[in-house]
Amino acid sequence: MAKKTHVATTINGEPMEFLCEARQSLLEVLRDNLAMTGSKEGCNNGNCGACTVLLDGQPVDSCLVLAVEAEGAEITTVEGIADDSRLHPIQQCFLEEAALQCGVCTPGFIVTAKALLDRNPTPSEHEIRFQLAGNLCRCTGYDKIIRAVQDAGKRMAAEARGASTTTNGSPARQQQKQAT
Amino acid sequence: MKEFEFQSATTVDEAVSLLAAKGDQARVLTGGTDLIVQLREGLRSADLVVDVKKIPELMTMSFSPEQGLRLGAAVPCHRIYGDKDVAVAYPGLADAARIIGGWQIQSRASVGGNLCNSSPAADSIPPLVVHDAVCHLAGPGGRRTVKASEFCTAPGKNVLQRGELLVSLEFPPPAEHASSAYMRFIPRNEMDIAVVGAASWVQLTAAGDTIEKASIALAAVAPTPLAATEASSFLAGKPATSETFAKAGELASQVARPISDKRGTSEYRKHLAGVLTQRTLAIAVERARG
Repeated sequence: MAKKTHVATTINGEPMEFLCEARQSLLEVLRDNLAMTGSKEGCNNGNCGACTVLLDGQPVDSCLVLAVEAEGAEITTVEGIADDSRLHPIQQCFLEEAALQCGVCTPGFIVTAKALLDRNPTPSEHEIRFQLAGNLCRCTGYDKIIRAVQDAGKRMAAEARGASTTTNGSPARQQQKQAT
Repeated sequence: MKEFEFQSATTVDEAVSLLAAKGDQARVLTGGTDLIVQLREGLRSADLVVDVKKIPELMTMSFSPEQGLRLGAAVPCHRIYGDKDVAVAYPGLADAARIIGGWQIQSRASVGGNLCNSSPAADSIPPLVVHDAVCHLAGPGGRRTVKASEFCTAPGKNVLQRGELLVSLEFPPPAEHASSAYMRFIPRNEMDIAVVGAASWVQLTAAGDTIEKASIALAAVAPTPLAATEASSFLAGKPATSETFAKAGELASQVARPISDKRGTSEYRKHLAGVLTQRTLAIAVERARG
């Protein structure tokens, strides 16, 4: 039996502890040990981005992170993007604009798009395509994804403007959650 | 993936003693974007993986116009192009950091790791060569320095001895009227391994019309990243014109000794070496003029 390491980390804002082998990737532990199957295994070698999570705010391929490296880190997975029962604007736009077909790449796209839009809510088409180059989709041909990300950015900017003038309501809650 | 032991070192000395004890069965983990794939696919093996990202010296990036740049070996690519001062002072390095993999890779992959992986096609090594970077190594016998241009010895091989660790890369302060550029050719828009890469560094006269000094380095045209020294010395004292860049491109193409493989034939790569040399010279000159 291989030696297991105790890892204490934070996932989607919740303190989380697990035991893992050194050779296990963060993706494996998320899916197999923690039953968080939102992050997908596509290529398992860093090409497709289906397993993208935020590690201390930066998008990374969780198949190329050892789970033991998560010690002390803050991780956001696709499960942590929605605000309880309310979808994040990126998720809402992907749904409304049919920016997915089979859906395997979608969690990765949503996580990377969130990292992008949190930094720049009004990216150009070129910026979106460049920043999302590490996420592959074999179904949509990308155009719908690009449009959904652009529209989500506009909605996020509008919600942020709305939130700054109101003290309650979901946009304010949303922003508060993102800030923590 | 086969089982291995994992240790997270917090000092250079600790990392060196861990590495020295296991020899070639110990591997250094920085961003893991090469190592984890290699371990998973059985291309490399390890009994021990030593994470060096908790060692402050390896994660520090410090720059001043007077002192130059000290880049910790494990600093991820996104911090290089994310720092405006560094990106302006060493544009060829920032060019490479911005196109290594996608954003997810750049969040983790380091220039130090790219150098130690020692691929002939590594995007960040030609910029290190033309910027005259020096590698600071620590090992069981103490510290030493090696020029980045002399670090790689063969595909996947380098000068690191048993127990030795790349600690940081040191870049001289940016010179006046000087700049650099890196470009590679790939059949896709992003996310691919260079068919050929080229970096150019130029220093112009104050008037901006003549090249005082230049340095060109190529990727994926030889068993190691290659300094195109004849093309570089040809450029000294020449007018900064497209005719000059074309001649330098020819000279760079002549020293290229590429193999033919799935990414391109030898002839095609020699041609690309010339084209990319011309183009990076033109960009570097334009940047140097400000």
